[in-house]
Order: sequence, then structure tokens, then C-alpha cells
Amino acid sequence: MKLKKKNQIKYFLLSVLGLAAFFGIWELSVRLGWVSDRTLSAPSAVIETLIRKLTDAKPDGSTLPQHFWQSLKLALSSFLVAVVVGVPLGWVMGYYKVADRLLTPLFEILRPIPPIAWIPIVILTMGIGMRAKIFIIFLAAFVPCVINSYLGIRLTDPVKINVAKTFGASPFKIFTTVCIPSSLNMVFTGVRLSLNSSWTTLVAAEMLASSRGLGYMIQLGRTLIRPDIIIVGMITIGITGALLNKLLALLEKKIAPWRYRDEA
Amino acid sequence: MAVLENKISVRNLCKTYEMKGNSHEVLRNMSFDVRENEFLVLLGPGQCGKTVLLNILAELEQPDGGEIVFAGGRPRMGEIGFVFQKYALFPWKTVMGNVEMSLKLRGVDKETRRAAAQEYIDMVGLSGFEKALPKQLSGGMKQRVGIARAYASEASIMLMDEPFGALDAQTRYQMEDEILRICEKKKRTVVFVTNNVEEAIYLGDRILLLSSRPSSVKEEYVVDLPRPRKHTDPAFLALRNRIVSNTDLNI
Repeated sequence: MKLKKKNQIKYFLLSVLGLAAFFGIWELSVRLGWVSDRTLSAPSAVIETLIRKLTDAKPDGSTLPQHFWQSLKLALSSFLVAVVVGVPLGWVMGYYKVADRLLTPLFEILRPIPPIAWIPIVILTMGIGMRAKIFIIFLAAFVPCVINSYLGIRLTDPVKINVAKTFGASPFKIFTTVCIPSSLNMVFTGVRLSLNSSWTTLVAAEMLASSRGLGYMIQLGRTLIRPDIIIVGMITIGITGALLNKLLALLEKKIAPWRYRDEA
Repeated sequence: MAVLENKISVRNLCKTYEMKGNSHEVLRNMSFDVRENEFLVLLGPGQCGKTVLLNILAELEQPDGGEIVFAGGRPRMGEIGFVFQKYALFPWKTVMGNVEMSLKLRGVDKETRRAAAQEYIDMVGLSGFEKALPKQLSGGMKQRVGIARAYASEASIMLMDEPFGALDAQTRYQMEDEILRICEKKKRTVVFVTNNVEEAIYLGDRILLLSSRPSSVKEEYVVDLPRPRKHTDPAFLALRNRIVSNTDLNI
């Protein structure tokens, strides 16, 4: 017991040491001039900028919370559309052979195209407005939703389907009462992946003409040669992504508390 | 014992699977009768097609040949109860949710089905666990839910596919007594599949010994030992030896 506690302290100190070393070397390499502070800002400068940007709109026109809110709205609305469309589509494709045969070949071709590769054609057809951005992020978030929901249905334990059959359940009832619930853990994995990719595609989508948003802020940071602003944007994206992920994990625990592949 | 009528007549059942160009004949001219309210045990070596036979009886699979005649006509889906070897509970449903599911699917109103399900939950000794999820239960308790769930469908025929096969020996003995008690209380026609000779003699009114694949009925044994039976009873052991010496080895 005592030994365990001792080890815990040891490992905690090691983690702190790792982080401290990383930031220490980073800070030193800028302070000692190994790297020019015009290309990389020291952590201390980044924190300074972060605090200042909470209220200051200079030099990019908006405060950090304004950028953040803009990006969050954009990413979440696209993500929600992707979930609402993608998950039921995956379910139907997984259960009904007609839908599977009709849509899967098309999906297989569209799937490997990276979301960023859609940008030029989206600009031509939809312009550079909000709609175009939502569409690009939607594409990124859509794919994992469909794939995982599809697989979730396909991996339904055939014995559980047989149980429902012996109860006299119709194919539709089997779909709704057995296949969909047993796919939920897979669906959540898909939704998490899709949240990740909508958040990571954000910067690319905001490269299309925009005047606000974290992606815009980062872009402008490059133009203005302000590495501190770029890093503040990156950190905000990183922390928010991690938090959203945590939030979804909590939601899954609430909605689908049984564990994936829990043999029952 | 009163004269029992045939509940199910199985005649010349055949089933062959085609796999990668090889054909596996599983059932060959399988014929037997199941009598009303009897506890019939189908005893056979592993991989002899016992599960396939039950699946065909439950209409989960179609035979290639032969016929099955039910007294009073072919039961509709939902009129045959099935207890599965691997429990196959729905992990997202509570004990109550699992047991009442067949009634819910049939559109029985909530109050009626809750009351019916409660009776079977009490019957298998799980009172107080109504709100538990399957993952919180032990193997024996899970199979109790499986049994309650099958009985709650009010089916007159119960098919049990090695229901205690996954349990440890101790729990298994307990569950064997449990199932006898339940059968005593709720008369149903039971077809019980096992590969365990002692279990077959301990439970069955009648045992049908199946041959190895392609399987058919090799021999019938009527077990007229009084219950509760003892594994050490000389008559029990004599029957056991007769059956074992007649059993096909499955290599």
C-alpha cells in the first residue's frame, strides 16, 4: 500500500518533469536565440498573448472568445447535421440489403477523398460563404458516422436476432429493438471520430474567406508574422477538442452504459 | 403415468450445409416424437447438429427434407420458447426489460406484462434484481434470466440448447435442480439438448441418444428413476454405463 503510493508520486513527478522539460527547452531555445522569436514564440509570450487576447481585438479584429464562439458554432452545427444524416443512413445501409447495394459502392468511392480535396469544387459551386464551410466540415464528419453505424448493425450478435425471432418480432422490430441498441457503442465511436474530424477540418474550412474564427486567426497570425497568435489558436483548438471528446464520453456513459462487446 | 400424446412429430429430417465447395451433412433421416409435457433430452457428442435441430424446430432455419408435425398445427413465431447456450440477453435492458420483451413485442399492455414478467422473475429466484443490468449478474443468474424470458412468452414448447454448458460445475448442479423445480411448477413440453450424460439422466423423462454427424436418433432410453435422482444411485450408474458404451466418439 505504502509502496503503491510511493510509486504514484514517482510517476506523477515524472509526468511533471516531462512537461517541464518540454516547455523549459522551448522557452530557452527562444530566449537564447537558437530560434528567432519571429518564427517561434516562447511559452511565456504565448501565455501573455493568450491572456491579452481574451479581451483585446487587436490585431486581427476579434477577441479570442469571439473567434472561439464563431468556430464552435461552425464546427458543431456541421457536426450535428452529419450525425443526424449519417447515423440513420449507416443504420439503414447496414440492415437493408437494397440500401446497402444501392449506396455502398458510391460511398466507397467518396470515402477516400480527403475533405480538403473538396474545397476547390465547393468554392466553385457554393462560393465561399457559411454554407460552403458547413458543407466541407459536414463531409469530414459524415464519413465516420456512416461507417461506424453501418458496422454496428452488421456486428449485431446473430443469436440476439434469433432471440427476437423466437419472440415473433418483425424484421422492422428486430431492426429497432435489437440491431440499433446493439450498434450504439459503435455509433458513439463514430460520433467521436466525426467530432474530431469536424474540429480538425475547421482550420482548412476557415481558410475560405472569413473574418472571424480560430482558423482565420491562425491564418492572419501567419500573414502578420505573429507566431504567438498562431500558437494561441492551436492551443485553443487542442484544448477544446479534448474537452468535447470528454463530454461525448460522458454522454455515452449516460445513454449506453453497457460496455461494447459485453457478453451477456 | 398418464398416456402422453405426441406434441411434436419429427420425420426424416435432413440438413446439409455447403461450405467452400464441401458439403457437410448434419442431419440424416432424423425422426422422433416429443410427447406433451414431457422432459425430453437430446444427448449427443459435440458438433453433432443438436443446435441445428433446435433451430429447425424453432423455424430459425429450414430443413432440406423431412417434416415436422405439431399437434394443433404449426405454432406461430413467439409460441416456442428458446433458451440459448450463451444466454443472449440484451445488455441494454434490465432483467425486467429482458423478461418482459416477448410480451412487449406482442403488444401486451405495460401493467399486464409487468405482472406476468414479475411472476417468472420470482420463479427463477431473481426477486430484487429487476432493475439490474445483465453485466451485473453472474453466469448462473444470467441463465436464470434466460429461462424466465423464455417462460414469460407463455409458449407451450420450450427448447433449451445446452443452457448450462457455460456454467461451472457447482452452478450447473444448482441450475439442474432449479429447472426441474420450474418444470414441476409450470408444465411445458421441454426439449433439452446436452452433451453431458449425467445431466441427461438427472433431468430427462426420456433420452434420445444421437449419433455423430450426420446425426440421427441412435437409441431411446426411458428414465424411470424416481426424483430427486442421485448421481450415485446404482440404477443411475448402470444407465450411465449403458449410454456411455453406446456413445459415438467424436474425433
